[in-house]
Amino acid sequence: MASFTPTIPAPRPTTSRGKRGDLPPVLGGGDGGRPDPGSPDYGARLRRARLGLAVALTPIGMLFVAFTSAYIVRQGLPTFDPSTNTVVHDWIPVRLPTLLFLVNTCVLLLSSVTIECARRQLARQVALEPVQSIPGISLGTERKFPWLALTIILGLCFLAGQWLAWSDLAARGFYVATGPSSSFVYLLTGAHAVHLLGGIVALLAAGVSVVLNRPLASRRIVVDVTAWYWHFMALLWIYILALLEFAR
Amino acid sequence: MGLVLLCVIWLITFASTYFFIAKTWWFPHGASASTAALDHQFAVTFILMGVIFVAAQLALGYFVFRYRDQPSAARADYSHGHLGLELVWTILTAILFIGLNLMGSPIWAAERFRPAVDDATRVEVTAMQFAWYFRYPGPDGKFGIAKPELEDPSAGGEAALGLDPADPASKDDVVTGIMEVPVGREVEVILRAHDVIHSFFVPAMRFKQDAVPGLAIHMHFTPTETGDFEIACAELCGLGHYKMHGMLKVVSQDDFDKWLAAREAEKQ
Amino acid sequence: MVAQESHQHSAPQGFIRKWVFSLDHKVIGLQYYFLALTAVFVGMFLSLLMRIHLIWPTAVLPLLGQIKPETYLSLVTMHGTIMVFFVLTTAPQGGFGNYFLPIQIGAPDMAFPVLNMLSFWTTFVAYVVMLAAFFVVGGAPLHGWTGYAPLSALQSAGPGEGLGADLWITSIAIFCIASLMGALNFITTTLDMRAKGMSMMRMPLTCWSWFITAILGLLAFGVLLSAGILLLMDRNIGTSFFLPLGTINGQLTGHKGGSPLLWQHLFWFFGHPEVYIAILPGMGVASQVLSTFSRKPIFGYKAMVYAMLSIGLLGFMVWGHHMFMSGMSPYTAFAFSIMTMAIGVPSAIKTFNWLGTLHKARIRFQSPMLFAIGFVSLFVSGGLSGPFLAQPALDIPLHDTAFVPGHFHLIMGVAAIFGIFAATYYWFPKMFGRMMNEKLARVHFFLTLIGTYSVFMPMHYLGLAGQPRRYSQLTELAYLHPLIGLNTFMTYAAIITVAAQLIFLFNLFWSMFKGPKASDNPWEATTLEWTTATPPPHDNFGGRTPVVNNGPYEYSVPGAPRDYVMQSDPATVTAH
Repeated sequence: MASFTPTIPAPRPTTSRGKRGDLPPVLGGGDGGRPDPGSPDYGARLRRARLGLAVALTPIGMLFVAFTSAYIVRQGLPTFDPSTNTVVHDWIPVRLPTLLFLVNTCVLLLSSVTIECARRQLARQVALEPVQSIPGISLGTERKFPWLALTIILGLCFLAGQWLAWSDLAARGFYVATGPSSSFVYLLTGAHAVHLLGGIVALLAAGVSVVLNRPLASRRIVVDVTAWYWHFMALLWIYILALLEFAR
Repeated sequence: MGLVLLCVIWLITFASTYFFIAKTWWFPHGASASTAALDHQFAVTFILMGVIFVAAQLALGYFVFRYRDQPSAARADYSHGHLGLELVWTILTAILFIGLNLMGSPIWAAERFRPAVDDATRVEVTAMQFAWYFRYPGPDGKFGIAKPELEDPSAGGEAALGLDPADPASKDDVVTGIMEVPVGREVEVILRAHDVIHSFFVPAMRFKQDAVPGLAIHMHFTPTETGDFEIACAELCGLGHYKMHGMLKVVSQDDFDKWLAAREAEKQ
Repeated sequence: MVAQESHQHSAPQGFIRKWVFSLDHKVIGLQYYFLALTAVFVGMFLSLLMRIHLIWPTAVLPLLGQIKPETYLSLVTMHGTIMVFFVLTTAPQGGFGNYFLPIQIGAPDMAFPVLNMLSFWTTFVAYVVMLAAFFVVGGAPLHGWTGYAPLSALQSAGPGEGLGADLWITSIAIFCIASLMGALNFITTTLDMRAKGMSMMRMPLTCWSWFITAILGLLAFGVLLSAGILLLMDRNIGTSFFLPLGTINGQLTGHKGGSPLLWQHLFWFFGHPEVYIAILPGMGVASQVLSTFSRKPIFGYKAMVYAMLSIGLLGFMVWGHHMFMSGMSPYTAFAFSIMTMAIGVPSAIKTFNWLGTLHKARIRFQSPMLFAIGFVSLFVSGGLSGPFLAQPALDIPLHDTAFVPGHFHLIMGVAAIFGIFAATYYWFPKMFGRMMNEKLARVHFFLTLIGTYSVFMPMHYLGLAGQPRRYSQLTELAYLHPLIGLNTFMTYAAIITVAAQLIFLFNLFWSMFKGPKASDNPWEATTLEWTTATPPPHDNFGGRTPVVNNGPYEYSVPGAPRDYVMQSDPATVTAH
């Protein structure tokens, strides 16, 4: 907990700290380097949240690394066929609904753009919050644009599109257990969809916090962390699509 | 307390070491060609690890006694370590451990890197819950087709393996519940499993290999003495794992030929 | 969640917020510890039933009746699973790590207190699901804690492989998520919340061990989760990741093309780092306690750190040594065996350094020290059977015999447990404000040391003689009959050893309420937890933030007024 002394000089706030003004002004209670961990200020909390996210993305990555290695191994696996007394390969690649996947990819990449806009919009709001009361300062109409809502809608569109892709596969007779290659298609895309849904839930929580009028700084941290998570999900999707399309 | 600790640690060390050196419980007598080299590598590892075990435990016991806190004791030595010592014991340990491994690797290579010789006695060993079956290829020298959908374990023998009666190569295959092989000749085993993973373990042959469903694993060993040797299952396979045992009978070449001829005659 | 955390919050009021859904890492640490305490008694009880059945297979036990072979195997499975996950992965890290990491680095709490609370309750849910497997139709699974497919992947492979196995996998999957949440907290806290002056190389070795353990967990549990998902799919929706073409009892299973070895690779890629997760915190505690009670700095602090880092790194490259007999390529086996021998080197370095710490020390023999000394002895014994198993040629006669449980029980089942005991006796005064009874502790120590050696050293002899693992009785193979005598001795030793743990249990609870009051620093130790009140206040340091000037083990510094210099004392001339 911080102990207050009455004679701390208040440094002038600057919005040029960090790139493009997306770090809040320093108002004491911690420097940019090693803040007093007893009373983490907003900058330290943001940094800690980002560090936590970077750490959290590691096991998610490992999950998909494990699925990938299972995929590669299974493709090449010879199995003993007793009816011919020989060793055979039984991998038959399934035809993917490529066009649908590409459309979904565009939707997801677009949502990455919108969430990045949301992230920066919120960062600017936080940076300018202290000076809002000065007459003549206006944050403009950009403040009102619902980037967050747009991202949620696009995310849901992506999930709907994935559902269509699975229906397409099912209509052609490829279910989860039909064969090894179809198992992996559902597994990889399904696991990704589950994680993306988690991201949507986080965005909804951020949206709810707007309605409940939570502090701007806290909202900013949630959206910032979710935005990086979202970008990771987009990159992961591109990786999965490339794996399914090219490593057949 | 220092003295008590020394006594307890040293006693535990001596007791453990005694039973190892006395070989009160030890490997069963080895009767295969790989026994000599394998047992020798074990002995080398055993002596080296044994020396380290005794030395480390004795040192531990001695130190806690010698450096116990007492009014006449010297102040503890304010030392953060010794880089030279660290380097020395790191390098020595690395040389010892990796050297030991490299020393034993020719044995592994001899056992596993080469396939069986051409004139080995071929036996297909099939594991299932909870029995071992052994199949010999018969006069045509070929193992016939066995289909999973034809398996009937309750009927035993050929039916348990699911041999396809429509395949001519299956007709002369000999299926037994006891594995009989001639002494002094390499045996090639082809390990298969129907349901779950089992493991073909013959302690006297210093031989073990998992039998995995979906695979046909080729391995070999060479029995050097006649006798009856128990086969144990060495991979958890279900409730009957403990009673899934078999028998390996090693007999003279003559006896084996007679036995096999009699079995093949039954198939006509 | 993150954004609301601020350490300016005052201590919570009300029973639920204070003791049930607490955000205080100290309370959460105790919750983990007591969960592990119940789990270890469950696990010990299961192992007693196993040992009794092994030598008296036809015995009819009160309430349980005669134990059938499948029940024995369920006991084996659940004993292993509960001990590995809910004791060894929970008490050292979730228990002591949670309680003492923030304090030892000078922080007021973990980085994400809400996540911390959730990680405990998720572990609790996993525990309940695991225990539920005993009570469903078919009972608990019988496929061993390693759960090899196809035995674990086919519902018809045996009793308990139905719903019981599904619950087992589900519990493990939930546990994976709980562990990952915990690992996140440990890593972020260690990197981001150290007090001024607490550089990484001034952290106590306990903090290093928790940090490295968390990194191992972060990388390994995701892979276990993936394996569990694939297994659930094979079991329930007809996929064939692990299942080849096969039959059970003559009936086609309906699967084809999968690989049982794929399960083993995925499982052991997790499973080997897991055993280092189980032992590293114990190594950290051993270093901490040995140094404190030797009144000497730890010998070779930097080497100890590098050794733990090497163990962590190499731990990811050796998993194939569990698979030498599996049908894996023998060339791959050779590569894994070289890496496995290599990992023995940092372990040896640590042992030499512990001995170096005791050399020219002034040793005090209070209870934590007894267990730390025991840890070293047991680690030596258990570790030295490793080089036998690491050589594939020698693994041929030894794999899946009693030699293997002899090896891993001495390290995980005893040394790691001694690490937990040492930590308990060491930190009990700080956690509960009272001292444990030393006389009872000594009885507990000697009975346990001699008892566990008596149970687990003979397993090596049995392994040499060829006794296979996981046999529910030794009556069927003639060459096993002569081994029943030694097995009987081991069973009696086990009964006595388990009974001796009741002394510890009594000491623990009695001392919590009736033990003599403890001072803030009863062991005259140097690390930050001993600078604060006993028990520590809600924010750990009562409003002040520590500043660190010294290394963690500044004992017997020449020229200093006392034989110990605390980390927050003014800098000494020869500071580390």
